[in-house]
This record gives sequence, structure tokens and C-alpha cells, in this order.
Amino acid sequence: MKPAPFDYMRAMSTADALDALAENGEDARILAGGQSLMAVLNMRLAQPGMLVDISRTEDLTAVYVDQKAEQLVVGAAATQGSVEWRATLRDEVPLLAMAFPHISHFQIRNRGTVCGSIAHADPSAELPLVLAVLGGTVHLRSKKKHRVLAGKEFFKGMLMTARAPDELVEAVRFPMRAQGERYGFTEFSARHGDFAIVACAAVISDTFIRIAVGGVADRPVVEQWPCIEGDDLRSSLNDLSWKLGAQDDAHISAVYRRHLVRQLGWRAIREAK
Amino acid sequence: MNQRENLDVGDIAPAEKPAPHVGRPMQRLEDPAILTGRGRYGDDLGVRPGTLHAAVLRSPHAHAELVSIDATAASAFRGVCAVLTRDDLRAWSRPFVVGVKSPMEQWALAMDRVRYVGEPVAVVLAESRALAEDALDLIKVSYTMLEPVTSIEQAASQDAPVLHERVGTNVISDRNFRYGKPEAAFDRAPHRVKLIAHYPRNTCAPIECGVVIAEYLSNDEGYDVTSNFMGPFSLHAVMSLALNVPANRLRHRTPRDSGGSFGVKQAVFPYVVLMCLASRKVGAPVKWVEDRLEHLSAATSATARLSTIEAAVENDGRITALSYDQIEDCGGYLRAPEPATFYRMHGCLTGAYAIDNLLVRNRVVLTNKTPTGLVRGFGGPQVYFALERLMQRIALTLNLDVLDVYSRNFVPANAFPYRAAAGALLDSGNYQEALLRALTDGRHTELVARRDTARKEGRFYGIGFAAIVEPSVSNMGYITTVMSVEARRKAGSKSGAIASATVSVDLLGGVVVTIASTPAGQGHMTVCAQVVADVLGISPHEVVVNVELDTQKDAWSVASGNYSSRFAGAVAGTVYLAAMRVREKIARIVSKQLDCTPDDVLFSKGRIYARGAEDRAQPFGRVAANAPHWAPALLPEGEEPGLRETVFWSPPNMEAPDEQDRINTSAAYGFAFDMCSVEIDRATGRIRIDRYVTVHDAGKLLNPALADGQIRGAFAQGVGAALMEEFRYGSDGSFQSGTLADYLMPTTCEVPDPIIVHLETPSPFTPLGAKGLGEGNNMSTPPCLANAVADALGVQDIRLPMTPSKVMALIGIDDPEPSRPEFRDMSASKPSTPGGKTLTAQGSVDLPATPEAIFVVLLDPTALAKVIPGCHALEAKAKDIYRADVTVGVGMIKARFEAEIGLSEIEAPRRLRLAGAGMSSLGSARGNGLVELTPIETGTRLTYDYEAQVSGKVAAVGGRMLEGAAKVVLRQLFESLGRQAASKPIKGGRPWLAGFIARFRGRA
Repeated sequence: MKPAPFDYMRAMSTADALDALAENGEDARILAGGQSLMAVLNMRLAQPGMLVDISRTEDLTAVYVDQKAEQLVVGAAATQGSVEWRATLRDEVPLLAMAFPHISHFQIRNRGTVCGSIAHADPSAELPLVLAVLGGTVHLRSKKKHRVLAGKEFFKGMLMTARAPDELVEAVRFPMRAQGERYGFTEFSARHGDFAIVACAAVISDTFIRIAVGGVADRPVVEQWPCIEGDDLRSSLNDLSWKLGAQDDAHISAVYRRHLVRQLGWRAIREAK
Repeated sequence: MNQRENLDVGDIAPAEKPAPHVGRPMQRLEDPAILTGRGRYGDDLGVRPGTLHAAVLRSPHAHAELVSIDATAASAFRGVCAVLTRDDLRAWSRPFVVGVKSPMEQWALAMDRVRYVGEPVAVVLAESRALAEDALDLIKVSYTMLEPVTSIEQAASQDAPVLHERVGTNVISDRNFRYGKPEAAFDRAPHRVKLIAHYPRNTCAPIECGVVIAEYLSNDEGYDVTSNFMGPFSLHAVMSLALNVPANRLRHRTPRDSGGSFGVKQAVFPYVVLMCLASRKVGAPVKWVEDRLEHLSAATSATARLSTIEAAVENDGRITALSYDQIEDCGGYLRAPEPATFYRMHGCLTGAYAIDNLLVRNRVVLTNKTPTGLVRGFGGPQVYFALERLMQRIALTLNLDVLDVYSRNFVPANAFPYRAAAGALLDSGNYQEALLRALTDGRHTELVARRDTARKEGRFYGIGFAAIVEPSVSNMGYITTVMSVEARRKAGSKSGAIASATVSVDLLGGVVVTIASTPAGQGHMTVCAQVVADVLGISPHEVVVNVELDTQKDAWSVASGNYSSRFAGAVAGTVYLAAMRVREKIARIVSKQLDCTPDDVLFSKGRIYARGAEDRAQPFGRVAANAPHWAPALLPEGEEPGLRETVFWSPPNMEAPDEQDRINTSAAYGFAFDMCSVEIDRATGRIRIDRYVTVHDAGKLLNPALADGQIRGAFAQGVGAALMEEFRYGSDGSFQSGTLADYLMPTTCEVPDPIIVHLETPSPFTPLGAKGLGEGNNMSTPPCLANAVADALGVQDIRLPMTPSKVMALIGIDDPEPSRPEFRDMSASKPSTPGGKTLTAQGSVDLPATPEAIFVVLLDPTALAKVIPGCHALEAKAKDIYRADVTVGVGMIKARFEAEIGLSEIEAPRRLRLAGAGMSSLGSARGNGLVELTPIETGTRLTYDYEAQVSGKVAAVGGRMLEGAAKVVLRQLFESLGRQAASKPIKGGRPWLAGFIARFRGRA
């Protein structure tokens, strides 16, 4: 289980990384925390010609609050741990604080990056779900341009995103806690720390219920409803569970997935209330 | 948390009572090295300069003819020194010896056919493992697919494809056994209770996988191997015979440390042979380290078993007869020591119960899955999952308390040693007492109260039990039970469970112990040091225990190795006997100087003295070493110089199977009684273990801390087998559990701390009264949890593993229709069955072009090459058949396939069938689907209904992504097809294929 040969380049700056991406295009992959990429490389499921290592690219490791925009900014090389262990995270982006314990184990969060998880776009991953439900943004930069995409524009399907081959996910931005908003996060996985079979994130205010579901469709799916409850809420959750197009696979039936969406969705919303 | 009680076990301690070390917890002597990074595992050992690295090319198919292997390009690749293929094998090796009389042949590499995914096909030897893996992709293998056999039922049916033509059937062994008068007992019985049990394929995955370092020396010298093969060393003979060398020309050594074995390191042995041959081919030492995918897919597996078990039962629950009809799935080959999974348990098939009448039918079938072998519990989990589920069923059927059913059937405490119907001599125990202890120490009444409360509140709460007899120290003759009496007579009888140990004292009185037990983390060094320390009156820390094994230098025999829980009963006991010989020799020598009888020479606290003269005690080191080493002239008449004693011991109660097929399969039989309670989450189907109580009687405990460690480990694996572990295969035989994200093992978060209770009823048959206990919970925990779940849900048919999805299906899911029917359409329109199935995709694309225009593209290779995403080249190979070189993938995950695409059922411009099959370094894929074109207002609606199967690495590691990935790839294909067809008229020559087809159709 050894990777196929590749060239390795350590980017000392963002410009280094962008140069490498511009030069090598699709043949280059960004190596940040390596928690998804290394397994894929070792199994030779991916055989990129070049790895651009940004894990020590200092100008990409920043995590800070943009007060004006009211956003938490997480740089491309910032580990999940470096966000999770912020003493103020629960006040800044409470939903992130709720989601982190579900992301694998802390050893992996100490290596894995937030932007890496977003860029990988695993349909079961927690961070894309949080980004989507909060309406966060993905900041892409190439040598030529810089663009900002909402989660909905960025996630294109299983492991597929709107990132062009020469673009780097330079940062992601999570909106800070808004006045009157409350949050809930529930997840069901085979074991503690496994990828979600179903994960639900909920944002509730006095005027709306917003819920996102991961693990079922090929990307996080967000729906927003007025403040319904009781049978109306159950019916909406049921419709959502069908709309996700759950599939049978070798392990889990579609019926069971729909069931979990209804159950976990209810729990997430109740938790937020 | 854990409770322990030491019953008075009488005077069985090796030294004065109470023994200072044996029977007490002691920190492990192994740990300082392991915890400070100085472990010496197989992969850590230095190798000779010039050692080459091996990578194994493995079959992506479950069942196929092996047509040709072309290793030309791989051999020429940089860093590659040689490629071993089947052509090399006939000259230097022979097929492995088989446990039953059969023309079935298994060689170290696939010869005529491949019979399971992962079967070795070739070995690349290169300067590094990475280069060797690079070259694997360059070997061209041509296969002709055969229909696979993927289930026990299918394998046993008349019209199944046959794996081994020379055998002529997949049922490679079929044996009937009758003990007592079972038919009469069934006729007489007021009740017959029957149950069908399925035990799945699973394993006990170690952290460290297989490691082999092999060197071919010369024709005269044979082979020198270091590997983490764990025994049984009867297989050393199998390896030698396969390599066509006398056993003394196959030197085998084992490293000191092991990253876990649990039985599965037995399956390293075929790779010992394979790497010996690889070394011979390349003329250099060869190292192979098995990776996780190789290990999970192709090392070994526990057998899957389909059991029909029936009991003849009196009104009070007493069982008068038992009948087993067992069918065992041993995989693609019957690999030694199989069918041992059956026969290890044969003598004690009646479990903990006094049942005189027993009927058994054992059938072994071959399927297109990985060959099976030793996995912790070996045979026990399969038997007890049927038997212990049946005990609960009997209680339910007769409306009795299951605890009464247990008590009424247990072998009485005063009946030991008890000869079970099939021959096991249950040596000692008190099963009734163990049950009582489970109830009292486990606070059974409290659990019943919790269950009552929970049920009132509408929650699912259940209590389960399991009672198991745990065999330890296997009789090597048990495997011959599979042969008929006549065949055994012809072959000669086999029996015994020989253990060996050597204790020596060096020039300064240092004590060294060597054993042939190839430990895998159990703490053999520690316990041996405790045993010897007590005998010689020294500290365990002064004793050096060397657990490396060298077949050319150490004392070993047929039964050497690390399996069947043989350490405590056999190995530690033999160490005790060897230490006693040393002690007796020292006593004989020094009694002369001390002017006393040898019996009056005492050994204590590092000193030796005559009874009553402790004030004149002398240090052990000086006295023990003096005459034997420094002054042989002082030795008494007839005493040999030197001080090194080797003992070979075999249990006194080990005979070959008798004329009635009775066999005492093991030397000792421990006992475990488990009780647990579970609560099941109504919303998710998740099982939470509320309490787990496990009472063990393993005779004398040598080191209670290590005993608890063994119980905890087996319990964790039992929880895994019960709740999540299973080797999954597709209906095409593809292996689907190739990573530890697909083969789920419980982690510390999922395993509760069990309440452990010990009884100690010593075995009369082992030197220290000890029995094994390392496998009990592998046997007891799955049925105990299954019984609790059955109790909680009131259901009968429980299949392992009890995943939340399956449990929820037992509870029943309320799946209301959506409020609008179109939401339903967004879900899968074609349900597929989980477990064994093909990938499916249906969909439609609306295209701004006429059906005719699109059809032209489909029939034009140049155009088709443009529309198939990632297509590098496409050429027509024959009528309606294209050969394509195409990269497909999802996100960064990509594989380059050499594919053959065929068109059929062509009805221009309405529909056609598009079938493809391809091979890549990631495995094989085949797909088949119907494409239909319907004119619509804006152009054409293209609908596709597709089925695909993937096998090999992608299927093994793809797990939860596979379904989605297949859809993505197919959608890409058809959408880009549409784009291409719609964008511009196809340039180039006339659509030659359309013409061709027209001609063809005209003719037809």
C-alpha cells in the first residue's frame, strides 16, 4: 500500500502554491492535513503527479474573526483542532463547536484541516454541512482571480466541487452567531467518530427553521421552513427525507435512511429549540 | 468494578503455599520494551543487505479461468528483479496437503483458476515495495469469467458451478455422526425445538499484519525464513512438503514481539511458501509485509456456518437429544488445518449440558471467498450461536424460565470428570455455581426490575444469557475425526498436544527460559517468569524468558504455537515441569553439601538452604551454578554437568478418535456463564449494553490481571462480532470490506467494561491446574447479546452482526408516504437488495438534438470516443465491439480502464443496449444497460437504466461511496453523450457502423 510516484513541493507562501497549481493544473493536489488524501494516495485511488504541501504555509494557517463581516475566517492550512480549541468558539460559531466532536477523533482533527474537508466534499462530512446550513462562503484563489462562492454553488456532488484545477480553497468563512438564532446538531454513525450515516444541523430563529442533512444525498441539502411544529414539522421532515433520494447500499437500506432523517431532523430541531 | 473470588483450590501451587508469584497479578515484563519503542516486530527486524521487497498481484475476480499472464513489461520495469508466476511453481513446489482425502489442489499461487478475490496470481520482486507495487500494474492477466458461488445454500445445491472440477462437487466433506440413541430420544420426546442459525464470516483483526522474510540458500541447505506465523507447527510439515524439502531444511524463526494474532497469523503459512519460492526465483532474500487490504481481503476468515439445530425436550426443559445439521463455508480452498473449525468443537458439541444422545451431520462446502482458518474462538462462536440461541428458544417454546432450563441441563457439579456424548472429557467445573454467581454478582433482580420499568414505558429492554464450555489445549488428533474409521485405521492414529519448555541456569546463576509458544501479546514472558520464580525461589525479574522460536535450535513439536488457549494449561505447566527438573537436580547436588535429603533442600528469596537451617542459606546464583558449571568434579555420581532441562509434555487424557468417533478434543474445558442486559433505541435501532456480566472458571489463575486482560479482549471482539463485524461480499463474489472503515471493529467508545467474576476449579489434567480462558467471550458474547436483543424485541430470527439498520428492520419502520408523489420519484425507483447486489442507475437527460443525430454518435467510434468522458482511445475491434482506453472517476479518485464495449439490441433510432467490461489496476468493472431515445418537443429524452458490478480494490475499499460514484460516472457518460450529439453535426466519414448494422439487420 504505497502511493504511486509523485513530485512533492512545499509551498512557503500562497503564491508558491498558486504557481504550482497554475503550472500543473489537475495533475496537482493540495496536501494540507492529509487525512483524506493520504489514504486515497496509499490505496492508489488517486495518482496525482504533484503534491503541493501547504501544511506549513504560514500565511494560510490563520483563524480569526472578521468583526466587520461578522464571520469566522479559517485559512486553508488551519487544522480543525486549531478552530475547535478556540476558547471563544461556542460564542462565535456555536454550531461548529457542536459539530467538531463528531468529526472522527481528536488525533485526526489535530491534523485534518477545515478547508481540506470542505474541498474534499465528502457527502457525509460534517463541515460542509455546517457551512451549508449557516450560509458560509468558500474563497477560491488562482493566479488570475479570486472568487467567493456560497456552499450551494461550491458543492457539486460526491467529492466534486466548483473549484477549478488551478484554484486553491484559500479560506472558508462561517457567519458568526446571529441574534436570536439557536442551533442543533445530531448525527448517527456506525461508531463514534465514523462518517455520518445521517447528520442533521438545524438553525432556528423566531421566524424560520433551517435544516441541513448530510450523508444521504450527494451533497449537503438545506431547506428552510417557517416556524412550523407538530404534524406540520413531521410532514415537512418526511417530505425532506424523500426528496434526498436515499439509496439502498450494501450496509444500509433507503427506508432506514429516511427514518433516520425524520428522527435526527426532529432531534436537531428540538435541540435547537 | 470487577469482582474476583479465589475458591480454595487445594495444594496445587508449585512452590510453598501460598506461592509468592503465581496466582497474583504482576505487571508485564514485556511492557517496558514495547512502551518505549523497543518492540521487535517482524517488520522491525534488520534484513540482509540485498534483500528485495515483494508485492503480490491478486485476483480482482471471485471465479475465473486464468488464461494467461504476461509479465514482460513488469520484469523490465526499473528496480524490478524478477516476477514469480505459476510457471515457476511446478518445478519447485507441490500443492499444499489437504485435511481430507480429495483431489483438490491449492498451490502458493493460482494455477488454472482464481477462486476468490485477492488470491495471489504473481509476485513482483523489486528494490523497494513502492517499485514492486508500481510494476504490479504492468502485469497483464487475461481471465475468463466464471459464475461465482457466493452462498452456502448455493454451494450445496446440485446445479451450482463447481469450483474444483477434479473434486466434482463443492461439498468437499460430508460426515454423519451418531452418539447414543438420538432417533429414539426424538421419537419419545414430548417437544422438539428447532432453530436455524447463520454465523457470518468475520475475523479478529490484529494491528500487525503478516510479515515474511525468506531466503533460499541452496539446493542442499534449503530455506531460511523469519515470519510471524504463529503455529500450529504441524503446519511446518505442510510448508516443508509444499516446498519439497525435508523439514530440517526449512528453518523457521519467529520475532519476539507480535502485534496480535488471534489465530489469524496461522494463515501466514502459505506466504512463507510463496516467499521462499520468490527468493528462489530471484536469488536474493525477499521481504513481504502484508498490507491492510491484503490482510482483510485475502489472509483468512472465520467460517460462515448455516446450522439447523434441534433438541428433543422433556416437559421440564431437560434435553434428551440434540441434532446438528451444519454446513460450513471454508472458502475457495480447503486450506490446512481446515476443516478443523468443525472438529475442534466436536467432542463438546453438547456444550455445558448432560445430553446423552447426539446426531451430527457436518458438511464442508467451498465458495468463491477467502479460505478460512483459525480465528479466536475457532469453531466455538459458530456452535454456540446455534446452541445458546436454542436454549432461549426452548424456554420460550415451553414457557419456562431459561435459568431453569440451564440448571436442569447443566452437567452436575459432582459428575466431573464427565464424558460428553461425543467424547469430550469435561475435566472440572461447577456450572450451577457460576450461574448463581452471575445472578448475584450481576444483580439480576435489578436488571429484571429495569426491564419491567422500561417495558411499562414502552422502551425496548432485554436480558440475555449464554453458557459455554471453553475448550483449551487442542488434541492434535481431533482433525482426524473428519476421516471415516476405516480411513483413520489406514492412516494411523494421531493424538496429543505436546508442549515443550527449556529452563537453563548459566554460569552466574542466571535463569533463562525458552518456550515454543510464539506469543502475540498475551504476556507469556511474565507468566513463565512467575512460574519459574516460584519453583526456584527467585524473583520473576531475575528470570529471562526468550520467546523467539527457531525450528533448528529450539525444542518444539507438532502442537507448538499460539492457539487453542494452550498457554496456561500446557505451556506454563510444562515450564513448571522443566523448572522442577532443574530444582530437583540442584537439590540432588547441594543436598550432599548441606547434609540433608534432596526433599529438604529449600529455595526461597534467592537463597538455597536445608530445612531448619535458614541462617546458613546461600545465594541461589552461587550454589546453583557452582558444581554444574565450575566444578563438575563435585557432582554426585551419575549427575550430568551443565544445568539445562527440556521437558516435552502431552496431556494424559489425549487419545485418538475411537471406533465410535468419540474424541476428547481438548485437554481441559473451562466454563463461562454470561448475563447481559441491553436497551435498544427505538429511534435508531442502536443497541446499548446496559450491563454485561461474565463469570469464568478457568481452573487455577496464574496471573489474574492477565486473565482479566484476556477476557476484556475477547469480550471486545465478541461485541464486534455481535454488533458490527462482517466480511461482506457482493453477489458477484466481490469483496467489500477492505478497509477498517468498511470492516468495522468496536473501539473503546463502543465496548463497555464487563463485570468479571472468577471461579477456580482446577483441572486435574494440567500441571498447574490451569485452563485456557482467552476465547470464551468470543464464543459467549454474540449469543448472549443476541438473546438479550431477542428478549427485548420479542423476535426470533436474529442475524449477526446486529447493526442498527438490521435491528431497526426487526422493530419495523414507519415510512409514511411523502405529501406529494413527485418527492417519491426523487428516491430510488428500483429497489435493490442490500448485501449482495449490483450497482444501479436510472435517469434521463433531455438533449437538444434529434434521436437520429444522437444515434449516429452512438454508432460512430470517433464520435463515441469524444463523448465518453476520459476516453483516450477507442477502436472498433469487431462488429459491434469497441476497445476503449478510458479514465473514469469521481473527484480526485480515478482509474484508467482498458475496456471492451459492446452494442446490441440495436433499434435505430429508438434504443440499444450498451455493455462494457474493463480492467484497471483498481479492479474490474462491468456494466450493462438499456439506452432509449424518445423524441420530445425540445429534442430527445435519453433515458438509461443501468446495472454495474465492480470487483477488486475499488469494491473492497469503496464502501459507502460506491453506489454514488457509479451514478456519477454513468450520469457523466450520458450527459456528455448528449452534449456532444447536440452541439454539432458529427464530422468525419460516414457512420460505418450504422451501415454495417443495416446490412446485418437486412440479412437477419
